[in-house]
Amino acid sequence: MTITREEVKIQGRTLPRRFTWITLGASFGASCAVFLGLALARVTPDFNVAGAVVVGAILYVILVGVISRLVEGRRKSVDRVMAGVISAAFLIALIPLISLVATTAADGINRLDMQFFSASMRNVVGAGGGGLHAIIGTLLVTAAASIISVPIGIMTAIYLVEYGKGRLAKSITFLIDVMTGIPSIVAGLFAFALFAIVFGPGIRFGFGGAVALSLLMIPVVVRSTEEMLKLVPNELREASLALGVPKWLTIVKVVVPTAIAGIITGVMISIARIIGETAPLLIIAGLSTSMNYDIFHDRMTTLPVFVYTQYTIQGADAQAYIDRAWTGALVLIIIVLLLNLIARILSRVLAPKGSR
Amino acid sequence: MSKRIEVENLNVFYGKFLAVEGVTLTIEPRTVTAFIGPSGCGKSTLLRTLNRMHEVIPGARVDGRVAIDGKNLYDLDVDPVLVRRQVGMVFQRPNPFPTMSIRDNVLAGAKLNNNRMSRSDADDLVEKSLKGANLWNEVKDRLEKPGSGLSGGQQQRLCIARAIAVSPDVLLMDEPCSALDPISTLAIEDLIHELKQEFTIVIVTHNMQQASRVSDRTAFFNIAGTGMPGRLIEVDDTTTIFERPTEKSTEDYISGRFG
Repeated sequence: MTITREEVKIQGRTLPRRFTWITLGASFGASCAVFLGLALARVTPDFNVAGAVVVGAILYVILVGVISRLVEGRRKSVDRVMAGVISAAFLIALIPLISLVATTAADGINRLDMQFFSASMRNVVGAGGGGLHAIIGTLLVTAAASIISVPIGIMTAIYLVEYGKGRLAKSITFLIDVMTGIPSIVAGLFAFALFAIVFGPGIRFGFGGAVALSLLMIPVVVRSTEEMLKLVPNELREASLALGVPKWLTIVKVVVPTAIAGIITGVMISIARIIGETAPLLIIAGLSTSMNYDIFHDRMTTLPVFVYTQYTIQGADAQAYIDRAWTGALVLIIIVLLLNLIARILSRVLAPKGSR
Repeated sequence: MSKRIEVENLNVFYGKFLAVEGVTLTIEPRTVTAFIGPSGCGKSTLLRTLNRMHEVIPGARVDGRVAIDGKNLYDLDVDPVLVRRQVGMVFQRPNPFPTMSIRDNVLAGAKLNNNRMSRSDADDLVEKSLKGANLWNEVKDRLEKPGSGLSGGQQQRLCIARAIAVSPDVLLMDEPCSALDPISTLAIEDLIHELKQEFTIVIVTHNMQQASRVSDRTAFFNIAGTGMPGRLIEVDDTTTIFERPTEKSTEDYISGRFG
C-alpha cells in the first residue's frame, strides 16, 4: 500500500494589506451616508454621531468576516473579526478615560492660576479664592496615611511571605481580602467612632482622616507587596542563607531590595487609591475654608472634599464655584500624575541592574 | 581549614515522608566526595542536611547525627547560621544577587552580615576569591558591573567565589555543572581539583564521568521505588566504585543498565 500525501501548500489566497483600511473606510462611509440622509430627511433631529459609529463598526465586522471567509477561509476570517472586536473593546475602554481627562483639563484650566495655589477659601463668596488649604490638606492627610500604612503593610506582607504558615497566616490573608472590600464610608465611620471614644463626640481632625484612609490603604499595600515578594526567586534566599546570613538580614538585604521596584509601584497604586477618597474624610476630617497645617487639630479639607463642596454648595456666583471644583479635580489628577512619575523614576533607579 | 564530616544513622523527613533512611558515612578532609544515584534518591536532600539548609524547606527534619570534627550539628546549642558560615554551598542554578555588582557579590557574605572591612582588605578578598574561582582574569576590569550580566558558567564560578570568600571549611556543591556547557564544566572541574587543597568538597552529580574525574570517593544512592526512602548503597574510593563495585545495583547504574 502506498501512502499518498496531498501536496502541502504554504500559499493561500490572501487579501491585500489595504483591505482592512478600505473596508473600514467603506463601512464608516456608508454608515455616515445613511445617518446623514436620515438627518436631512428630518427623521432624526440632527446627525447622530454615536449611531453612525456603532453602525459603522458593526458593518465593518460583518463585511470583513464575510469577505475574508469567502476569499481566505475560516481561520483568517475569525482572526480578522476578533481583531476588529478587540480593537473596538479597547477603544470603548479608552473613550471615558480620554473624555474624563480632556473635560477636566478643559474646564479646570479656567482657574488654574496663581491665586488657586496661593489662596484658601476663607471669607470668599463668589469669584476668587483658591484651593491651597485643600492641596495642603490632601498632601498632609495622604502623607500621614502613607506613613501609617506603608510600614504596617510591608511588614505584614513580609510576615505572610517569609514567616507565616498554617492557620494564622491563612486567616490574616482572608481578613486582608475582606478589608479590601470595606466600603470607604465604613472606614470613615470607624475612625470617627474610634476618636469619638477618646476625644468625645463631634471630633474632627486631619489625623482621623489619615487613620480612616490607612484602613483602606493597608490591604492594598499588603496584597501588592506580597505578590512582589513571592516573585523573588527562592534561590536568592538560599544563596544568602548558605553564606551564613541570618534570615532577617536575608530579608532586609536580599529579598526586599530585589523586589523594591514592584513594592514602590504597589505603594503608589495604594496612594492613588486613597488620595481621591471623599466620604470618610467628610465624616472625620470635616471641612474648612481656612488654612490648617496641623493634622492633629481642627477640621481639614482635602481636594476631593473641596471639589464636592464647591460643586454642591454653590454661592451667588455659581460659575465661580463650578470653575473652582473643576480646577480642584484637575490639580488632584496632576498630583497623582506627579506621584506616579516620581515612583517610576524611583523604581527605575532602584531596580536590579544588569538584566540585559 | 578543612574538616572531617561524620554522618551516622541519618534519617531525613519531609513532614511524615521519609526521604532518606539510615545513612552512615564519613567524609575525609581535603577530599572530594561525589554523591551519585538516580533522580529522587535523596542525594541533594542529604547534601543539604550537611549545613542545615534543608531546614529552609517547610516540614523538613532530621534525626541521627552529623558531626563536623566531632561536634554534632544537630545539638540544641548549635546555631544553623554559624554552621552555614563553616559549610558553604553552591547550587544547581547559578544564583548571583541581581541587585549587586560582581565585586559586591563576592563580598556578599561579609556585606550581608554587616561586617565592616577596609577597602584594601575587601579588594584583597575579592581578588583572592575570584582568582580561587578562576574568574579573576575575565572580570577584573568590570568588577562594578552587575553579576547577572555574566555568562552562565561565569555566574557559577562567581557563586563559587562568593562561597569561598567566607572561608568555609567545607564546600557543598549541588549539581554545580548541570546548567553549564562542557567548557564551563571543565573550568569548574579544574577548579574543584584546586579547591581540594584547601576545602573538603562534597559534590552531587548526575554525570558519572564527572564523578570519576573529580572525586576521590564516591557514594552511590538508590531508591527501591517511588515513595520509598533513598538509601546509601555503598561508598568507597572512586576507582573501586567504578571498577569493582561490591553491589550489583551500583554496577548496573554505572554501566547504564538502569537509571
